[in-house]
Amino acid sequence: MDQNELRLLESGCVQEEPPECMAACPIHVDVRAFIANVSQEKWEEAWKILRKAMPFPGIIGRICDAPCKEHCKRKEAGQAIEIGMLERACVKTQSPKQRIYPLPKKDKSIAVVGSKLSGLTAAWDLSRKGYKVTVFESGSQLGGDLLSIKEEILPHNVVREELDILFSLGVAAELDSSVNDENFLEDLARRFDAIYLGPDYRNVPSGLKDLKGVFSRGFLQYDPKSPVWQAAEGRWAATSIDRFLQKVSLTSGREKEGPFTTRLYTNIDYVPYVPAIKPLNQASGYTTQEAIQEAGRCLNCECLECVKACSYLEKFDSYPRKYVREIYNNANIVAGRHPANKLINSCSLCGLCEAVCPEGFAMQSLCLKARRDMVQKGKMPPSAHEFALLDMQFSNSDQFAMALHEPTYESSAYIFFPGCQLCASSPGEVKSVYAHLRKTMTGGVGLMLGCCSAPAFWAGEEQLFEEQFSMWQRKWADLGRPQVILACSTCYNIFKTYLHEAPIISLWSILDETGLPHDFTSLKDAVPLALHDPCTTRYESHLQTNVRNLLQKMGQPFVDLTAKSEYAECCGFGGLMQNANPDLAKTVINRLAGRSSADYVTYCSVCRDNLAGAGKRTVHILDLIFLKDGESDPAARKRPGWSQRQENRLRLKNDLLNELWATDRGERIDHAGPVLNISSEVWQVLEDRRILVTDLEEVIHHAEISGHKFYNPDSGHFKASLKLYNTTFWVEYIPSDGGFTIYNAYSHRMEVSGKEGQ
Amino acid sequence: MTNSYTDPEDLRWKCHKCDMFLSVGPASLTYMGKTINARLPVCPQCGFVLISEELALGKIAEVEQLLEDK
Ligand code: SF4
Ligand code: SF4
Ligand code: SF4
Ligand SMILES: [Zn+2]
Repeated sequence: MDQNELRLLESGCVQEEPPECMAACPIHVDVRAFIANVSQEKWEEAWKILRKAMPFPGIIGRICDAPCKEHCKRKEAGQAIEIGMLERACVKTQSPKQRIYPLPKKDKSIAVVGSKLSGLTAAWDLSRKGYKVTVFESGSQLGGDLLSIKEEILPHNVVREELDILFSLGVAAELDSSVNDENFLEDLARRFDAIYLGPDYRNVPSGLKDLKGVFSRGFLQYDPKSPVWQAAEGRWAATSIDRFLQKVSLTSGREKEGPFTTRLYTNIDYVPYVPAIKPLNQASGYTTQEAIQEAGRCLNCECLECVKACSYLEKFDSYPRKYVREIYNNANIVAGRHPANKLINSCSLCGLCEAVCPEGFAMQSLCLKARRDMVQKGKMPPSAHEFALLDMQFSNSDQFAMALHEPTYESSAYIFFPGCQLCASSPGEVKSVYAHLRKTMTGGVGLMLGCCSAPAFWAGEEQLFEEQFSMWQRKWADLGRPQVILACSTCYNIFKTYLHEAPIISLWSILDETGLPHDFTSLKDAVPLALHDPCTTRYESHLQTNVRNLLQKMGQPFVDLTAKSEYAECCGFGGLMQNANPDLAKTVINRLAGRSSADYVTYCSVCRDNLAGAGKRTVHILDLIFLKDGESDPAARKRPGWSQRQENRLRLKNDLLNELWATDRGERIDHAGPVLNISSEVWQVLEDRRILVTDLEEVIHHAEISGHKFYNPDSGHFKASLKLYNTTFWVEYIPSDGGFTIYNAYSHRMEVSGKEGQ
Repeated sequence: MTNSYTDPEDLRWKCHKCDMFLSVGPASLTYMGKTINARLPVCPQCGFVLISEELALGKIAEVEQLLEDK
């Protein structure tokens, strides 16, 4: 990513754009922050926010005509916030002490002609910039018409106090000056480096107006009586004069000087209608209590649509615009800690953010790109994805992978590729589906077992992915490139993107087209299930429709879990979130499980298992379709553990080969391991730590053969370790009737060595 | 850098081969090309090192993470 890409990406998130009120304010008061402080009764803070952008807040705060109000987002759900009245309520409270720090004095002097709010504002801004300013007023006092405003609205002493601040900056005033004299301007032009002619100065001789250094009001695109517009005009003139005297561009970077249209998006779909608070006494405006109440109606406009939808984005406490910067910085750290590694590796790459974002910001693309970059530079933390990649390699090894024509066939019109996780979770259903397909489809339905290599894709391991995927492709080509029937929507996504030549079709489309294996009178009185669409079907609405049709045909009532098909949520498996950030994956699955109190139905085996693992009763649609009479409650089926998932795959291949292809695979299946007694508590430990039974067996086997182990005479336990792949596993056990009882297991990645004879 | 990470409980273990109680001795831990020396429970005869659960999931995991994020 270079600087330009960074900027471009950052601008794709509008969270930091100003709210409507601030964008519409001619002087861009941070109205949102101001109101937030009012609502929390932080009057001093509220004052300070006004002061930051508003000249003479004691004056303007009392008389501002609030052109921002008609842009306020609240009006779409009630009435606009009474911003002007809130300003009045604020400036009626005690003003906090202020210290003004003008810039160092400059040796240029400026004349300001007229002392309406525009002239006064120009004087205020320019004197703070260090210029020597003199205000010329034809009347006998400064502020002219301000003093003609009713005392209850704008007390004279407030005007005087505010002007005193101006004088304390060294601004001089020439009252009763003959501003209409013929030579007045020429005289000024001789004495001053620049002149600002306020809007009340009408008598500008043509010719002079275009003189270098003379600035006067712009076009009248606004109400000249508006106090805040007057102030804005004075401010813009001050900026022009400053730039003129500093000899820099008068125009650059000033596009947003006046009111503009903000890009900020604020969702008000769920905002309840609340009308504005009416002050009990209209003339005196809000009491402080009324103001606090009214401020409480402010929506505190912001976007965060993606953060609201995604626990991952929420967990890292910020939003994509900030994350872009963090990820960019991370990539540019040569030596030292890479603080954004976890951020990059925790995203489930599900794409929900893109679907909900008004600008279509795709966090998943950013994270995947960053992962690929890390892998290429050798900066990917080895532990982040290893477990999943080893599992993928297991699936694609001879232990599980295979590719065969249907028994007795020499060629295949189709192959069924159930994907690794359905086989890991429900090997029995894979057999049922395969039997059904052989019965209903003509031309031969071959079978391929393996993994689509999505884990390598998610891990950013482009080379590994390429290698594993082309292995799959070769086997498929050897079968004569049959049409591929897929039961997993992750496979569907991967194949759709990378297997351009292959005609793929989802199992759900086939079942929807060719009909169900039997009729479903049994479901007639079924209670409605909540239908969870896997995140990988986000843009595959035809699959979502197929599944809905199937449920309908079965007579199974259901309700959708999300409002729109693109809003499908991830179960935490996607993007290897579960590997890189198991705690976050737990939050994610619990949130998904909490969406409805009904039992769920879904059509991804990993979603099914993760939901079941979170204690949510969930059926896979195949559980419903191939439910056998008398079979117990499939929604109560536990999530098979990591070891079971490998075991299921081993057995499935073996069973299929034996049952369908009559290949006697002999003893291969029982890996002749000893009997391990494992309590349910220890099972949980193994699950959480991702330690497989086969790991335990290897450690114990090695210890028992080599005698390299520890013994604890107090407990009678043994402890042994062995390094497998990149991990050292420790097992605490005792031999027990023909096998071993396991007490504990843990692992680490550092390699340990001691020194002999110390 | 030498750190000592030994719980008295760890010294209740014996090296099965040498039939000797463990004692605190020098050991080295290597990961991602970096080696850290520490004093750990080891067999005084053959130098076989015991890593306790606490150490593996605590300090070692922490250091692994640090080295991985380098
Ligand atoms: S949805 Fe998220 S990424 Fe999109 S603009 Fe809003 S905060 Fe930014
Ligand atoms: S609701 Fe609040 S933040 Fe939003 S536009 Fe109105 S005043 Fe501004
Ligand atoms: S987990 Fe999904 S929704 Fe959240 S940032 Fe990643 S891709 Fe977007
Ligand atoms: Zn020893």
